[in-house]
Amino acid sequence: MSELQHYIPGVQEDPWEALKAFTSARIALGRTGQAVPLKEVLNFRLAHAHARDAVYSAMETDMLTNALRSNGHTVHLLHSMAADRYEYLQRPDKGRRLDKHAEETLKEANKDKDICFVITDGLSATAINEQVLPLLGELLPLIKAAGFGLGDFNLVQQGRVAVGDEVGALQRARAVIVLIGERPGLSAADSLGAYLTYSPQPGLTDDARNCISNIRPGGLTPQMAAGTIMYLLKEAFRLQLSGVNLKDEYQSGLSGG
Amino acid sequence: MAYKTTIRNHTYQFNDLKQLLAKASPLRSGDVLAGVTAASYEERVAAQIALADVPLKTFLSEAVVPYEEDEITRLIIDTHDAAAFSPISHFTVGELRNWLLGDDADTLTLQQLAPAFTPEMIAAVSKLMRNQDLIAVAKKCEVVTRFRNTLGLKGRMAVRLQPNHTTDDPKGIAASIIDGLLYGSGDAVIGINPATDSPAASITLINMISQMIERFDIPTQSCVLSHVTTALKIIDKAPVDLVFQSIGGTEKTNSSFGVNLSILKEAHEAVLALGRGTKGNNVMYFETGQGSSLSANAHHGADQQTCETRAYAVARQFKPLLVNTVVGFIGPEYLFDGKQIIRAALEDHCCGKLLGLPMGVDVCYTNHAEADQDDMDNLLTLLGVAGCNYIMGVPGSDDIMLSYQSTSFHDALYVRKVLNLRPAPEFEAWLLKQGIISETGDLLPVHQSHKLLKSWI
Repeated sequence: MSELQHYIPGVQEDPWEALKAFTSARIALGRTGQAVPLKEVLNFRLAHAHARDAVYSAMETDMLTNALRSNGHTVHLLHSMAADRYEYLQRPDKGRRLDKHAEETLKEANKDKDICFVITDGLSATAINEQVLPLLGELLPLIKAAGFGLGDFNLVQQGRVAVGDEVGALQRARAVIVLIGERPGLSAADSLGAYLTYSPQPGLTDDARNCISNIRPGGLTPQMAAGTIMYLLKEAFRLQLSGVNLKDEYQSGLSGG
Repeated sequence: MAYKTTIRNHTYQFNDLKQLLAKASPLRSGDVLAGVTAASYEERVAAQIALADVPLKTFLSEAVVPYEEDEITRLIIDTHDAAAFSPISHFTVGELRNWLLGDDADTLTLQQLAPAFTPEMIAAVSKLMRNQDLIAVAKKCEVVTRFRNTLGLKGRMAVRLQPNHTTDDPKGIAASIIDGLLYGSGDAVIGINPATDSPAASITLINMISQMIERFDIPTQSCVLSHVTTALKIIDKAPVDLVFQSIGGTEKTNSSFGVNLSILKEAHEAVLALGRGTKGNNVMYFETGQGSSLSANAHHGADQQTCETRAYAVARQFKPLLVNTVVGFIGPEYLFDGKQIIRAALEDHCCGKLLGLPMGVDVCYTNHAEADQDDMDNLLTLLGVAGCNYIMGVPGSDDIMLSYQSTSFHDALYVRKVLNLRPAPEFEAWLLKQGIISETGDLLPVHQSHKLLKSWI
């Protein structure tokens, strides 16, 4: 009598699961032969899919515009010189400059204000769509209470951080705050960055800015981020500069990842 | 001097060697961004045809980056070994390509020729080579280095265990180290990219890895990949095995990294004096990557692969234990997709090996590059065939601190298995002794009472 043998689709588990308490790294995954078990392969693939989708996501400009206008703000819709995502990814120089229609669009913009805002997709429009309004909900009352003159809001498609310099200069704002989607990681695809530049002018480099990173659920909360931005704004106006010479003493300790 | 090729009555002219090299370079986004790439497919091949006829001697008289302006050009020219060069001094670039693929160019001959080559000669010949050629020639090279074990032997592939953590938490880092060791990784180095570049954090981490290496008697070395000046500050306060630095191929690039040849020399001498190696005295670890010069606006109009290869002249001056290109880390504006990343990695590996460097490759990509795990599997397999000295081992491929994807401990097992590659010999013996692998190199099941786990669980 011979019986048909049944193979077992099991995986070799790692008896050090307990070490996962110390790190979010993908340890103790187990294995089958030398390969990662399928469940973990699919977990990884899903995280990468979220990141890829975020890179190719689009800003919900109607939603953002309506929300800002209904609060009485002036909103301009702008586009960088990068025609599409494909060009944006390969030509960072084009993402830093406004296209030829921008000057016309901005003719009627409010000028000579203390602060104007640039909201741009960066590498994750998902981050813009999800984090910008909650952040502004915390930040704008603080700006108003501090007596700063608030200028316009500029939505820039296919933009990089430095595009804020050109917008800020065209509106002769004393400072520009750029809200931009950060490069998605596997652990977060919806992380927002805020960059403060005092006296914005085209040609500035990153050492002229202050950055608040990792604004997202599970990272820096809107309240914490707004507090940090407000601290930096007041310091920037007091010292009349931003960047490496403006130290962030308002440490949140929550950034990273 | 101008170079010319005529194709169907159209004469292409290339103003100098720098332009010829750039236009002969296989297409990649960074060269487009720099505005140095060929304007058409035909022009690229025309440049390759012209480049094939350039005598190697030309590279000794026509500098890509001016001698007067750049200490790396001076290093290349001033240390060129004319005696070693003599047997190939009559070659053109094209003849060098044919000769490299011939049977006369065997392992020993290539080792002896390393000081005969300048980076630009090797960059030039690589531009004429297909991926297959880059693999075949690299496979013939063997660059062996030693500190506490022996790396780079044929038939071996080592792994840098990269246990990075978002906040440098020692327990979190130790957890990843144990995971990697139990998966057979860590022979190249246990090397952490610290989240902050503070001397105090570096000292804590070096002490931690060093204690693990001593306690479990692991035949490997540690490294905290902080800036070289940070390493110099702590060298008399912590058990430093290797000094790390990112380097580039022009003086200006290195100055953007905050280093120059004299700082590197000082660090090399300081760490040599510690005498911590037991098998040898290769004490430096360098990382490079195409695009760093353009990124620092320090490329002098040269293409990114030529700049990259010039960085190898800096590296070989200091007889490093490890050199790896971080090929896919820089992003799609320099290497757009899997195809460009794979090509660049094979170029870097082959060029580094020909210049006498113990080349490893960080097989990696970022989430905004057009690449995924399948591309990395392809590249990893190709590099295994090409005889790459080492790759990275990151838990589950996901570097939680640097936010990019590299190869995993599992990937290392895969490539060793399918290509019959083994760990560094001393480390292999240790893995056997610990009951981590079998005589055939397969991973063994580990019990919770294993001594690497005992104190933690």
